[in-house]
Amino acid sequence: MREINEESLKLVVKKAVIIRESIIKMLGESGSGHTGGSLSAADIMACLYFWEMNIDAKEPQTPGRDRFVLSKGHAAPVLYAALAEKGFFPAEYLMRLRKWGSPLQGHPDMRKLAGVEASTGSLGQGISWAVGMALAGKIDQAGFRVYTLLGDGELEEGMVWEAAMAAAHYHLDNLTAIVDNNGLQIDGRVQKVMGVEPIAEKFAAFNWEVFEIDGHDPEQIMIALEKARSIKDRPTAIIAHTIKGKGCSFMEDKAEWHGTAPKKDEADRALAEIKAYAESRGIC
Amino acid sequence: MEKQATRDAYGEALVELGHLHNDIVVLDADLSSSTKTSGFAKTFPDRFFNAGIAEQNMIGMAAGLAAAGKTVFASSFAIFAAGRAFEQVRNSLAYANLNVKVCATHAGLTVGEDGGSHQAVEDIALMRAVPNMCVVVPADGPSTKAALFKLYERQGPAYLRLGRPAVPKIYNDKTDIVIGKGIELRTGKDAAIIACGIMVQKSLQAARLLAEEGIEVTVVDMHTVKPIDKELIIRLAKDTGAILTAEEHSIIGGLGSAVAETAAADFPVLVERLGINDIFGQSATPDQLLEHYGLTVQDITEKIHLLLIKKKG
Repeated sequence: MREINEESLKLVVKKAVIIRESIIKMLGESGSGHTGGSLSAADIMACLYFWEMNIDAKEPQTPGRDRFVLSKGHAAPVLYAALAEKGFFPAEYLMRLRKWGSPLQGHPDMRKLAGVEASTGSLGQGISWAVGMALAGKIDQAGFRVYTLLGDGELEEGMVWEAAMAAAHYHLDNLTAIVDNNGLQIDGRVQKVMGVEPIAEKFAAFNWEVFEIDGHDPEQIMIALEKARSIKDRPTAIIAHTIKGKGCSFMEDKAEWHGTAPKKDEADRALAEIKAYAESRGIC
Repeated sequence: MEKQATRDAYGEALVELGHLHNDIVVLDADLSSSTKTSGFAKTFPDRFFNAGIAEQNMIGMAAGLAAAGKTVFASSFAIFAAGRAFEQVRNSLAYANLNVKVCATHAGLTVGEDGGSHQAVEDIALMRAVPNMCVVVPADGPSTKAALFKLYERQGPAYLRLGRPAVPKIYNDKTDIVIGKGIELRTGKDAAIIACGIMVQKSLQAARLLAEEGIEVTVVDMHTVKPIDKELIIRLAKDTGAILTAEEHSIIGGLGSAVAETAAADFPVLVERLGINDIFGQSATPDQLLEHYGLTVQDITEKIHLLLIKKKG
């Protein structure tokens, strides 16, 4: 599974298509939720769950498993899509996103859904969980790796940098933080609302190893994850340049799709586009 | 009378617990010499982590450690642990129902000279309002140790409120407590004083003075503010018909509120609340502050006199 070859690339591309379809379907059904930032993270999540991480849906609590923390918890649909596809729960669950009694809460709840490692949603807190988990791994010499996905807007939270400082201070080379750098937040362009650039230089200044990649190119994502494994004594930040709403042309790079779910006709259009893309890549 | 600060008892008990349980991890935010986690840090350097002056991340790290199977004790001053990191305590610890004990020292006015900015007078209210949280306010050193051992055994998040100055020992060193059960230290039928923290000892002193006047009051150490001992409150309401609460905390949202809410709902009787009267503290010695803000033995006896006048109607 660890090799980067035609087969593994094809698999993650296919999984990313399935994840995007699931995102659109579940959000179309729920009528509310965060579409843009879920789609921008689909390729990253496909690489993590179907190439990188050592996890087994049949043993979700096994102590040595790798852990993923969705620090940008509002992108819950992309996590749920990945978990369902990985086999943590039946795909039918997805159609109950945000509904009464559903384990698929608006933001991830580790007490309600198998495979969710952290209850997140309040921005900035997930990366601290990830630091704590990585620290636990070091204490126990457990060998597992911890991954966390942050939004670029999320980097405005001061707590992120408290966590970044601690991760480097404690030499957490078992921790990889990925920034879904789609450039948009609720109120508009991140650089206009509150400039967070230069992101790569900030993490580097906090003594992290930093890689900048195209977050929609599975090969680049996999290479960066592979490199992160070889880094010793310091955590790695992967700054993944992405497009909000990626995969649905009418949603792409539009802040208004941050917290909006597609209506029926919009969902149909989006699914048709994803299907056309899949066919163009020879995925059925 | 032998004295010990509850924070000192905490520091000692933490080391004892550390010897017993390998899963314990302790976090601090650059205040380990004041919160007394420094003893654990010296004894178990591999299980102590300083978060630096970053309380929000300290609580977040505690969540991650607990999610990975550790039992975490995280310390800072009450104003920062319950105040600055409130939303991290709420969302990362309590919402996820994680096994983290927030052990906050320097609570209340008895911080003293550092002044109002550092005197948490609303932390019990904040912590009590959060679902899943258990809130414990020990009266002395031995009961602090007992509480810590019990909180280790109890699954889920907790807030342990500790003080800065040395306070007289009420209990012997081998005392035990039950989380959620108040301790009746003295029994009288005229009124009941329900106290926590440093006000327990003062309430006992007040009760002795009142006895000299022929007034017999019950004194309860309500060390667990949440879950509150409803059964005991209702029984005291029935037996005495008049309750005075006493705490080194705002009269809004703390022990007084918890007792009044219970009595009002289940057996309405007169409830007077002695506490800090919705006002910030300031710099002075602890004793000067307790006197100025009305938290002395004399204040308790005066409140009981007023309460008994009201009770007679």
